[in-house]
Amino acid sequence: MALRHLLSIEEAETADLRLIMETARSFQDVIGRPVKKVPALRGRTVVTLFYEASTRTRTSFELAAKYLSADAVNIAVAQSSVTKGESLKDTVRTLEAVTADCVVMRHSSSGAPHLAAGMLGIPVINAGDGRHEHPTQALLDAVTIWDAWAPGLGKRVGVDAPDFTGLRVAVVGDVAHSRVARSNAWLLTRLGAEVRFVGPATLMPADASLLPATVHSDLRSGIDGAHVVMVLRLQTERQEAGLLPTAREYSRIWGVNRSSLAAAHPDALVMHPGPMNRGVEIAPEVADGLAGHSSAIETQVRNGVAVRMACLYLLMGSAAGEVL
Amino acid sequence: MRLVLRGGRVVDPANGIDRLADVVIDGDRIETVAEPGIAADGCEIDVAGKVVAPGFIDLHVHLREPGFEYKEDVESGTKAAAAGGFTAVCCMPNTNPAIDTPSVVTAILERARQVGSCRVYPVAALTRGMAGDQLSEIADLLAAGACAISDDAYPIQNSETMRRGMEYIAQFGALLMTHNEDKALTVGGVMSEGAHSSAMGVPGIPAASEDVATYRNIRLSELTGCRLHLLHISTAGTAGLLGWAKGRGLAVTGETGPHYWRLTDAACRGYYSNAKMNPPLRSEADRVAVKEALVSGVIDAIATDHAPHAPYEKEREFDKTPFGILGLETAFGIAYTDLVASGLLTLSELVYKMSAAPAAILGVPGGSLAPGGPADVVVLDTEARWTVEPDRFRSKSRNTPFSGAELQGRACFTVVGGRVVEA
Repeated sequence: MALRHLLSIEEAETADLRLIMETARSFQDVIGRPVKKVPALRGRTVVTLFYEASTRTRTSFELAAKYLSADAVNIAVAQSSVTKGESLKDTVRTLEAVTADCVVMRHSSSGAPHLAAGMLGIPVINAGDGRHEHPTQALLDAVTIWDAWAPGLGKRVGVDAPDFTGLRVAVVGDVAHSRVARSNAWLLTRLGAEVRFVGPATLMPADASLLPATVHSDLRSGIDGAHVVMVLRLQTERQEAGLLPTAREYSRIWGVNRSSLAAAHPDALVMHPGPMNRGVEIAPEVADGLAGHSSAIETQVRNGVAVRMACLYLLMGSAAGEVL
Repeated sequence: MRLVLRGGRVVDPANGIDRLADVVIDGDRIETVAEPGIAADGCEIDVAGKVVAPGFIDLHVHLREPGFEYKEDVESGTKAAAAGGFTAVCCMPNTNPAIDTPSVVTAILERARQVGSCRVYPVAALTRGMAGDQLSEIADLLAAGACAISDDAYPIQNSETMRRGMEYIAQFGALLMTHNEDKALTVGGVMSEGAHSSAMGVPGIPAASEDVATYRNIRLSELTGCRLHLLHISTAGTAGLLGWAKGRGLAVTGETGPHYWRLTDAACRGYYSNAKMNPPLRSEADRVAVKEALVSGVIDAIATDHAPHAPYEKEREFDKTPFGILGLETAFGIAYTDLVASGLLTLSELVYKMSAAPAAILGVPGGSLAPGGPADVVVLDTEARWTVEPDRFRSKSRNTPFSGAELQGRACFTVVGGRVVEA
């Protein structure tokens, strides 16, 4: 693998992204076993450095590290020396000095993992930076879609390489502030899909011309014929910032529910990166797969661990010794 | 004691001179610009093959003293200015304490006399502590030697405060320099809003935030009669508004800096903090429009907005790193390369925008080699080709986006008040 760090989908080689997805497939099998541990990264240390609160992503990385037999150390920055004014540079250099082998980083500033990567000799994995990217989320979403859809758009049965040609994906909601939307747009289009950003004008990127997606403010035409409907979380701050009148109006116009889903492909897969606001951006029966479409939300979480195992394994793997 | 600059090409746009001539300086004054070979006693410097021009005047510099001497101070900042061919700089009031009392003006002028390598013209804050509420003691500040009044770095948002401030300034005939920004439109923006900010996931500053404030400031200048100078023009809209104001005969002028005509917001890619300044690098259409407005003369002057920051401050997260880049030591090289070597301007037109135009805007002596005027002169080598190496800067800081740029044209030395300053 050419990749030294996983900072963004946009900058990564497609071949490396495919390799991560294919490797994640093998780890799906591992975490399906009663004994999930493999010795691949025994004796190595993964530090998760989270400048933003997160339960699911941090836990997912921690489990991934542990299933690979690595030691995982979690640093929640809100309680650390950063609150005493320590700079990012000093923090990450300290981690390297105490012999961490990989840093998994979440930060509210777009580009912060790039900065860290430039200062470190060890791999940096971006676990979400500001509004920019969340590459492992896109990879786990792509693996989930790969499991559900095959080329030619029949339901998949054991396809060896991800090929999303002909697949239409609608990303619905607060795209402007979403790192999930950006990473998914880059990854899914690399794999052949068409991506649409759907939502109110105030929550769309100011200028999407350098992003690989088209922009639609009308929900029904935006998700028309979509094979995948990816719903984004609506933060209540958007209302306070004057970007929306009310959650009620948002839900009425852009909420994904049984009625609006009628425009999508009959076998459409509904996804959500979580955590959900049930009844706001997504109707409860849709989230639970009870509205006539399948919901992949729990599968996404499970695939998250496999994808993160693949990332850790491939980025830290050169000295990893025996595998699986 | 005379000083003769012998055999150079004298380019003095204010007096319509562009020919081989000797410049004779007597004490701190220009004595004459004469045919080559004039007999004169005194110290001679052979400047054959070089250009002799009025020293450059930078309308927009942050010298950081007092309060932020770890970034720059009067000594290092004026050394950087001299190295760039400047014989005078205006220093902006966002120091600590701010330049909002006569004693700070006096202190800076005194420092400049002691350790300065060029003249320093302090610009005083429009409001106390740059807080945007109460007016500073403007009459006293002007009497102490402030060359102009400005809200740079902390633009006045309240239109009534700005209106009364302009009315107050206008009665003294003084100049107001405005940083044109509607902060409500900027929200948390850290680079220009557009395709790049959208792809990078970085909060954007729309060009409209500059244009809305520019329009307000021009209309208030018309209402109050206050002389207005638009700082660091970065948008097509503001360049157009300046042209519109001039068409109406208003006392409005404007400046832009090399980064606005050389770079676009694409330079921020990779979260490059040395491409972060305010106003931000804009779109290609803005870049082209600003350059055209400068070339056509709608924008009057070139100023650097030299804004030093320590390396550790620029090594931070993109949204947390401070706005601002260096400019003094690269301005002429970039301007010569982009505007003169490329054939857009004559050397004389460029010299005008860097000397006579700013002198006229400020109403200070200089910007001319007229006999009897101050002996503020720059000697330029327009054939010199060089590469920007920040480690060789005289500035204390290194925050330039032009590291590695290959430029043509640089200053050899300056003369300030008859005294030779090595570049």
